[in-house]
Amino acid sequence: MAGSDTTLEPVAPPDTVKILIAGGFGVGKTTMVGSVSEIAPLRTEEPLTTAGLGIDDLNGIEEKRATTVALDFGRITISQELVLYLFGTPGQQRFWFMWNDLAIGALGAVVLVDVRRPESSFAALDFFERRGIPFVVGVNGFHGEHPYPADDIRDALALPEHVRVLLCDARERESCRDVLIALIDQLIADARQAS
Amino acid sequence: MSALAREVGPDDSAGRLVRPFTLTGGRTRPSRTDFTLITTVTAVDPPPERAPRPQPEQARILRRCARPIAVAELAAHLDLPVSVVAIMLCDLLEAGLITVHPPHPVTSRTPDLDLLQKVRDGLGRL
Repeated sequence: MAGSDTTLEPVAPPDTVKILIAGGFGVGKTTMVGSVSEIAPLRTEEPLTTAGLGIDDLNGIEEKRATTVALDFGRITISQELVLYLFGTPGQQRFWFMWNDLAIGALGAVVLVDVRRPESSFAALDFFERRGIPFVVGVNGFHGEHPYPADDIRDALALPEHVRVLLCDARERESCRDVLIALIDQLIADARQAS
Repeated sequence: MSALAREVGPDDSAGRLVRPFTLTGGRTRPSRTDFTLITTVTAVDPPPERAPRPQPEQARILRRCARPIAVAELAAHLDLPVSVVAIMLCDLLEAGLITVHPPHPVTSRTPDLDLLQKVRDGLGRL
């Protein structure tokens, strides 16, 4: 900028890729993003149509300004040339039209499941299955506890054999990292098979 | 989530009545579609001589992207919707004040093993 004496070394912009963290409302998506992100999760809010304003349920909403849908995301710098973004998908089903935009160009997805209410993540599983977007399932244990083995959960969710199911704790960095690595390993295996 | 709507369909043809769009001259769509959430933008430094003087909000954006920054991060820092920021970035791009770096292309048909391996290695170092 004019008048600025500080000269910045020109930095080549990094390549960027993204992974989606999906699942039902309150399943731990933003927690997971925060656990592995190198920055505190950031939030953007997109305005929505005013069509729903008249039938908003205002109970429990302390401050209401406009109808928006929030998107939380984090960042992992892989190298100077490559940055990975993690996007928590909006949990409520009515915001699905945003998922389509989000899903374009994503490497794949992690679908988080809460064993106490697995049905809240059915829709997310369905979304990625139908679009052929690769995903792994992370079973987020309440207080880190896992009452059921992964295979039982796979059966309960009627997931095909090739979909990996991992027991995890969205609060733990290593645990979340391992889920992401499992997704990438899956992608690498798929790529090798295809070539 | 701070604000919840009860029912919103994918058809958003009804009017958007949100103040930030006054920053965009009332436009609700960018004239180009270069700006995804993870598109990286960088201010051109020094700015081209013939470039118009940026508006205050544009100047804020330019300060934020002195170093390369993804559109989603820019929007979060500016506390503006991505859709609004994208429209403003369009103007800046057309004025020659920023450069745009698209995300790494990802298609399921032709997976990029080299890229995947780099991501794998990077995650392993976490």
